[in-house]
Amino acid sequence: MIVTGKGGVGKSTVALALALAAARRGKRTILCEVSAQEHLSRVFHRAEVGFHEVEMAENLWAISIDPDESLREYVLLQLKVKAMRDLLFKSRIFTYLAAATPGLKELVTIGKIWELALEDRKVKQGRNYDLVIVDAPATGHGVGFLQTPRTFANVARVGPIRQQAEILDKFIRNRKRTGMAVVTLPEEMPVNETAKLERDLASEVGVQVSRIFCNGLYPERFPEEEAGALIELAAEREGAVRVACRAAASESRRARAEREQLARLEELTEAPVTTLPFLFEPELGVEEIGVLADEVADEVAV
Amino acid sequence: MAGVAELLEGKRVCICAGSGGVGKTTTSAAIAAGMAARGLKVAVLTIDPAKRLADSLGLPELGNTERQVDPALFAEAGVDPGEGELWAMMLDSKQTFDEVVRKHAPDEETRDQILSNRIYEQLSNALAGSQEYMAMEKLFEIHAEDRYDLLVLDTPPSRNALDFLDAPKRLTQFIEGRALQVFTRPAGFGMKLFGRGTSMMFSILRRITGVNLLEDLAEFFQAFSGMVDGFRERARRVNELLADDQTSFLVVCAPQGEPISEAVYFHRKLVEAELPFGGVIVNKVHYGWDLPDDPGALTDELAEALSDADLAHRVVANLADYAALSARDHHNVEHLAAEIRTRAVIQVPYLDEDVHDLTGLMEINRYLFASGSEERAAIATSV
Repeated sequence: MIVTGKGGVGKSTVALALALAAARRGKRTILCEVSAQEHLSRVFHRAEVGFHEVEMAENLWAISIDPDESLREYVLLQLKVKAMRDLLFKSRIFTYLAAATPGLKELVTIGKIWELALEDRKVKQGRNYDLVIVDAPATGHGVGFLQTPRTFANVARVGPIRQQAEILDKFIRNRKRTGMAVVTLPEEMPVNETAKLERDLASEVGVQVSRIFCNGLYPERFPEEEAGALIELAAEREGAVRVACRAAASESRRARAEREQLARLEELTEAPVTTLPFLFEPELGVEEIGVLADEVADEVAV
Repeated sequence: MAGVAELLEGKRVCICAGSGGVGKTTTSAAIAAGMAARGLKVAVLTIDPAKRLADSLGLPELGNTERQVDPALFAEAGVDPGEGELWAMMLDSKQTFDEVVRKHAPDEETRDQILSNRIYEQLSNALAGSQEYMAMEKLFEIHAEDRYDLLVLDTPPSRNALDFLDAPKRLTQFIEGRALQVFTRPAGFGMKLFGRGTSMMFSILRRITGVNLLEDLAEFFQAFSGMVDGFRERARRVNELLADDQTSFLVVCAPQGEPISEAVYFHRKLVEAELPFGGVIVNKVHYGWDLPDDPGALTDELAEALSDADLAHRVVANLADYAALSARDHHNVEHLAAEIRTRAVIQVPYLDEDVHDLTGLMEINRYLFASGSEERAAIATSV
C-alpha cells in the first residue's frame, strides 16, 4: 500500500495509522519511510530507524529507505564477484553516475520496496511480510517518484535496468497487490491537487487510486441556526462568554467550509473517500494515531 | 514586533521560503499586494497559486511572463495604491530551463541536441533542485531588468526548504560533473585519466545499466560541456543576488511541532550560508482562545443567556479544544522565537475560510502589516 499526497496533509500519520491497524489484526506489517523523514523515530520516541528492518511493536516493523544504501544493496545482489563490486564502489565514475542520473535514487528506492514485498526475499534471511506500507515522498509536482520505473524503462531500451524497471512498473500498477492511497485535507488547494494527482496517476503511471483519505475534518458541533444565535450573543457580551461564542462560531464556519470542500472532493475524484476526524490534540503520539487506526481499519482488512 | 513593511524597508528582493503546506503562496501574494498598496511597483513570482486566487487576480495558467493585476481590483478591495502596481507571474520551470539553454548554447546544433535529449527531458523535473534553481534564475533575470521596486519570490513546494538553498550548488555540480567528462573525451583519453580498470568499469556499468542509458548521458554531457562556464558564472551571480543586503529571506511556517522545527533548521542554514534572514511568518495560528479558570461558571452563564444547557456545554467543550490548540501554538511560537533569537515573528491567525481574492489578501495584511503584536491580537479578537 503506497500512501502519497502533498506536504503538510498528515500523510505520515495516516501511513502509520494504517500500519498500526494492520499489525493489530495480526498482519506482519512493515512501514517504509522514504527520504529520511525520521517521523517514526519521533512518534515512537526512539533513536533513528535507519536502513534496517526494526521491530516497533507486535507485528509492526519499520525501515527508513536510504537511496544510497538501496543502490549498494542492489549492486551487491547483481554482482556476485567481489572484485567487481569493489572496483565499482571505489570508482569515481560510479559515484558520479549514481548521483548524476536523474531518477536513479527514486528507482532504487522503489526497488527496495518491491524487494520487501517479495514472498521470496532477495536479502538473505529476509522476513516475510503480509503488508508493506510506504510513506511515499510528498508530491511537490505531479507523480515524479512513482513514474520513475516507467521513465527508466523508456530511456534504457535494453539491458538489466530496463528489465528491472519493467518489473517495478508492473509492481506499482498491479491493482490486486498494490494499493494507492492519497491523503488530502478538506481545503481548496489540496482538493484540487488531489483531483489532479488522481488523473495524472492514471494517465502518466497507469495507476488507479484505490482510496482517498480526507484528513483533519472538523466535527459539525453547531448547526447553522445555533451558530447564528451564538454570533448574536458574542456581539452583545464581553469577556469569556464572547470568546466562547466566537470559538463556536469559528468551529461552525470551518466545519461547513470543510464540508463544501469534501463535497467537491467527492465530485472531482473517482476513488472512494474516507474521512478522518480532526484531533484536538497538541501533538499526535502513538495513542492518538491509534484512534485513527480504528478509523482506517477497514482498509487493511482484506 | 513590527510588520512586513518594516522588515522589507529598502529591500529589492523578498524570498518566502518554507516547507510545503504552510500557506507560502498566499503569504507571498499578500506581501506583494500589501507593498503595492504602499505605493511600490511590485512583482510576485509564484509557483502554484490556488486556481480561484489566480483567476481572481487575472493570472493565466501558464505564461512565464508578468501580468499586471487590474488596479480596479484594489479599488474594489477599498485600497488606493497611488503609484503602486502589482504584477504577478506563474513560474514554469521547464520553460525557464529551455530559455537558459537557448541563452547559453554555443550554436544551434548544440541547442537542439540538448533540448531533444531524453536525459534533458527528465532533468528539469527529476533532478532535485532544478525547479528551485529555475525559480532563482527567473528572479535573477527579472531583477537584472530593473523594472520593479520589489520582487517577491514564492519558492517551490519542496519536501524541505533546504532543497532551495542547495539548488544552485547541486545543479552546477551536476552539470560540471567533472568525472563524467570521461564520456565527452575520446575513449583512449578517458581510459588514461582513470587508469587501468576503466574499461572493465564500463563493462560492469553496461551490465547494470544497459548501454543506451550511458550513451544518452554521454551525449548529454558532451552537448552541455560547452555551456559549463556560462552556467557556473550565472549560478555565481544568482548566489550573489541571494546574499545581497537588499535581499531578505522570510521564513514561512505553521505552528505545529514539525513545521516549527523545520523553520528553526532552515534559519540555521540561512545563517550558515550567510544569507540575509528577515523574519518568520507563522500562519494558521490559534490565538486568543483562553479557557477561564472556572469553566463551570462560564457554562452556567451561557446556559442562562442561551436558555439551552446542552448548547452551553458544547460551546464550553469546544472552547476547551480551541484553548488546547491555542496553548500549543503559543508554546511552539515562543520556542521558535527563542531558538532563532529574533523578535521578528509575525503571527497570522487561522482564518476560517480560504483566501481567494485581493480582498482576502488585504484581510491577511491586517496582520502581516500590523505595527506590532498587540495590534495583531486586537484585530484577531475583534473579528
